[in-house]
Amino acid sequence: MISRRKLLATTAAATTLAAMGGTVALAQDGPIRIGMGMAMSGGLAAGGKAALLAYQIWAEEVNARGGLLGRQVELVTYDDQSNPSTVPGIYSKLIDVDGVDIVISGYATVPTAAAMPVIMQKRKLFLSLFALAANDQFNYDRYFQLQPNGPNAKVEFSKGYFELAMALPEKPKTVALVGADAEFSILALEGARENAEMHGLEIVYDQTYPPNTIDFASIVRTIKAAAPDLLYIGSYPPDSAGMIRAVHEAGFKAQMVGGGMIGLQFAGLKTQLGEMLNNVTYYDLYVPEPTMQFPGIDAFLVRYRERAAAAGVDPLGIYIPPFAYAEMQILERAVTEVGSLDDGALADFIRKTTFDTVVGQIAFGERGEWAAPRILTCQFQGIEGSGVEQFGEAGRQVILHPPEYKSGEHRHPFPASA
Amino acid sequence: MSMELFGNALLSGLLLGGFYAAVAVGITIAFGMLDIVNIAHPAFIMLGAFVAYWLNVEYGLDPLLAALVAAPFAYIAGRGLYRYYHGVFERRSEDSLQGLAFFFGLLFVVEVSLLLVFGVDYRFVSAPYIGPSLTFGDYSVPYRMLVPFLAGLGVVALIALYLGRTFTGRAILAVSQDPGALRLVGGNPVKIKEAAFGLSIATAMLAGALLVIIQPIEPSMGREFIGRAFAICVLGGMTSLLGTVVAGAILGVAEAMTTTYVGAAWGPAVSFGLLLITLAVRPSGIFGR
Repeated sequence: MISRRKLLATTAAATTLAAMGGTVALAQDGPIRIGMGMAMSGGLAAGGKAALLAYQIWAEEVNARGGLLGRQVELVTYDDQSNPSTVPGIYSKLIDVDGVDIVISGYATVPTAAAMPVIMQKRKLFLSLFALAANDQFNYDRYFQLQPNGPNAKVEFSKGYFELAMALPEKPKTVALVGADAEFSILALEGARENAEMHGLEIVYDQTYPPNTIDFASIVRTIKAAAPDLLYIGSYPPDSAGMIRAVHEAGFKAQMVGGGMIGLQFAGLKTQLGEMLNNVTYYDLYVPEPTMQFPGIDAFLVRYRERAAAAGVDPLGIYIPPFAYAEMQILERAVTEVGSLDDGALADFIRKTTFDTVVGQIAFGERGEWAAPRILTCQFQGIEGSGVEQFGEAGRQVILHPPEYKSGEHRHPFPASA
Repeated sequence: MSMELFGNALLSGLLLGGFYAAVAVGITIAFGMLDIVNIAHPAFIMLGAFVAYWLNVEYGLDPLLAALVAAPFAYIAGRGLYRYYHGVFERRSEDSLQGLAFFFGLLFVVEVSLLLVFGVDYRFVSAPYIGPSLTFGDYSVPYRMLVPFLAGLGVVALIALYLGRTFTGRAILAVSQDPGALRLVGGNPVKIKEAAFGLSIATAMLAGALLVIIQPIEPSMGREFIGRAFAICVLGGMTSLLGTVVAGAILGVAEAMTTTYVGAAWGPAVSFGLLLITLAVRPSGIFGR
């Protein structure tokens, strides 16, 4: 005879199992949910919202094709406010409360690093967008990063700049290094320092400035007094604009000016600075040059630009959005070929596979970074006025390095009129 | 020491100081004179910057003219805002912590509203004085810094004239010293404070226009000015407009000199160090009573 307690326990267990079964069935029939915290407000929002538009375009396309594994795709997003302290909570909620199937990172290094402990604890696959060396300390085996930094990101960022400098007819002897007192700039300057020392350059100025600096005239005049042959700048968008303006206003001349300048990739700053950009040598990740015509990139950019104005994001969209879209292409292929949403199986597949994407072939290596780096060293050439269309044309942001993507000749000195 | 370097650093610092004065004058009125901790003032500066941007891009209006167009509307909105603040917090004597929280919330509301309307991209304006420099011998002054400097000093001078020469202006100075005494002579402190707060918000329109002349803007940028603007107000002596200009110049020159001779990274430490030393020697600020 069954006791009342046993009956209750059996009933409860049966009810729970039925409920779980129901949930599983529901989850399998419902959409595949991809969760992320994304900077939709705050200082990183320009990049975050542009990336989100690329994800949305991909989700609409994949759903129109019938979805993934026969299920529609749904993006679950929360605004991380460009504030890393919100990030762990967002990812805990995405995984534990919302029960998303896959998580991807928000935009940029700091939010990505802030999410890592939660992601690692849950052993989730983590595709990351534009995080500089975020996995160097964690060494998490299910992390994959889309920015083409390669395993030694900080040195890679300035490698092309210094190799070009040392190939100049009049070999430079001195360099000035300047950048914001913030994460990316500090890493970029560390790399530049290593490259400068490797090439035997004397560093005649090496300073950082506070991130809220408004006037760069004093900085540039001090650098001018040191008379360097090269000026390497590691800067964020407002200071990139400030530095370029200040070097022109102060009549600064050097063999090369530029470096790791964030912002020169965005249409807003390109159009604002216009002809002042000529002969600035800077890093980029994708530019519309003949050597970078990858399948699908033009079609993606057309779709992006149709919607960019309404979304209030960068109208050109050649910096972050193609890589965000490529991230989803990688995820799509991995889920389709693995045939499941198992994080471990997906990570194994991504680790072993070379992917064809709108930004070219991507294979991952050490710590989930690109196996082979592809930071472009470009130079603005032939910029006239401030029309935005010219920046979507070939020949305006010429690739000088690496040699396999070279699309034009290095012009020097700086400024172009010197 | 090169005279050219020193002279250029001094010029840069003074120009920057003029802009800082324009940013801080609204805080001097609201915080110094009215005792309202309007921590949302930098967000209103960003609002002014975006209005100047919009009028410049849509109607080709010069950013300074755009600020003049926006200022009356900001004045009316500022009056309305003070009336609400007074009714909800000040009248109930809940204006310290709750009032601070109110303005903190307002900062985010303004910021997110700008984000929704203008998006997240960097915005900029065009004007004939953005780009060229005025050069004399070894010295050069970019017009994009010179114009904000002159406009900043001009607006502070106009406000000083208004406060010193008009009945309402004198009443504002009176309310900053003793609201009870003002009431005794037939003045209405609430109405006077309402007008003063409106003036404070109107100055934010000009400061915003000056900011967008100097550099590209995005909605969240205003937070960076909170510390500096309040520091200038305190250093200058809370209620003194001359103090605001002098404190702005001190901070500007200190930053430029530090950048030139020590390193830009030390700029904030030197500026706020000066503030601490001044307050230790003279707790009421340079021109404080």
